[in-house]
Amino acid sequence: MASETLTSSEYIRHHLQNLTFGHLPNGSWGAAQTADQAREMGFWALNLDTFFVSFILGALFLFIFRKAAKGATAGVPSGLQNFAEWVVEFIESSVRGSFSGKNDLIAPLALTIFFWIFLMNWMDLIPVDYLHVLANAAGLPFFKSVPTTDPNATFGMSIGVFLLVLYYSVKVKGVGGFIGELTLQPFGKFGLPFNLFLEGVNLISKPVSLALRLFGNMYAGEMIFILIALLPFWLQWTLSLPWAIFHILIVTLQAFIFMTLTIVYLDMAHQEHH
Amino acid sequence: MNINATLLGQTIMFVMFVWFCMKFVWPPITNAMGERAKRIADGLAAGERGKTELDLATKRSLEILHEAKQKAAEVIAQAESRAAQIVDEAKASAREEGERLLNGAKAEIEQEVFRAREALRDQVAALAVAGAEKILRHEVDAAKHAELLKSIQSEL
Repeated sequence: MASETLTSSEYIRHHLQNLTFGHLPNGSWGAAQTADQAREMGFWALNLDTFFVSFILGALFLFIFRKAAKGATAGVPSGLQNFAEWVVEFIESSVRGSFSGKNDLIAPLALTIFFWIFLMNWMDLIPVDYLHVLANAAGLPFFKSVPTTDPNATFGMSIGVFLLVLYYSVKVKGVGGFIGELTLQPFGKFGLPFNLFLEGVNLISKPVSLALRLFGNMYAGEMIFILIALLPFWLQWTLSLPWAIFHILIVTLQAFIFMTLTIVYLDMAHQEHH
Repeated sequence: MNINATLLGQTIMFVMFVWFCMKFVWPPITNAMGERAKRIADGLAAGERGKTELDLATKRSLEILHEAKQKAAEVIAQAESRAAQIVDEAKASAREEGERLLNGAKAEIEQEVFRAREALRDQVAALAVAGAEKILRHEVDAAKHAELLKSIQSEL
């Protein structure tokens, strides 16, 4: 709910600003106190909230699954192992469905992507003010609790995937093969510039669409939660409850889409078509 | 919402997480699952084998039972014939024994009869002599007619 000293637009802007750490105008290093300061920090600044929350969630995911992996036996599985195996089986069937080659990296990569994004998206379902107010009470000027509403996080992952696509394209097809794929189709060698443009767009669009799809969905979802939070507190549940229930679907779906598209892109990188 | 160095940090974090997952999380879980699948397959195969073995054993036990029944019938038949034989033999030996006893008894009776007859003869002779003595009280001298008396005695 909007606090009385803030106008609605200030409230919204406050909620959408990352806790940015960087070079302050007065020459010292510290967290930006205003959105303008954050913008002026330029590239060499760090969104501490994104970084912190995504790290905690990733570590949590790895901790839980590492625990399951350590205790994994071929005998009767315990509850945690059952859960881990259920997830692993789900990931494996997804990979088997979309990835035709053989690469031991793909399945763990898909698992990490799915679960990490899933957990980060899940932060969206924590009422928007909780962590925000907590952080403000702790003296932090801003706090954005959902890392996937920060394009840095989504682009960070999609760039990782993009690098893997480039690496495996070159590894499987060779440098010549990869360049050939970019330049010699679909119109043969006489349409080279056009081919390069077309295939270049095709290639670049992969990480961009991956990152923007996730970012857009989560940002919009978060935005709607923030707008709902502007309503009087006794009315909020009529909108936030249906939206939260619907958001459970989006949270899972976006994690799944990111994972599946990663698998598909890497599968394309492994295939020598034409 | 500015693109900044967080991008690099997130990429590095992402790579590290994937590396960790690939190294320490994925293999143990899938290995355990694979091993369990193998174990279950083995168990099922063993179960199948056990079933066929059970079938075989059932068949064999039926055969053995059948054989045992046959043997038992044979033994019973043998025992019956042997029993009949023994009864026959017993009958024969009993008859023989009976005859022997009967013959012995007959011989004894004959002997007794003979002995009684001898005793009777002696008594009759004595009675005859006594009678004769009474009749002939005086004339007959025992010593004189002893020879006569003896001949009468043997004639009786």
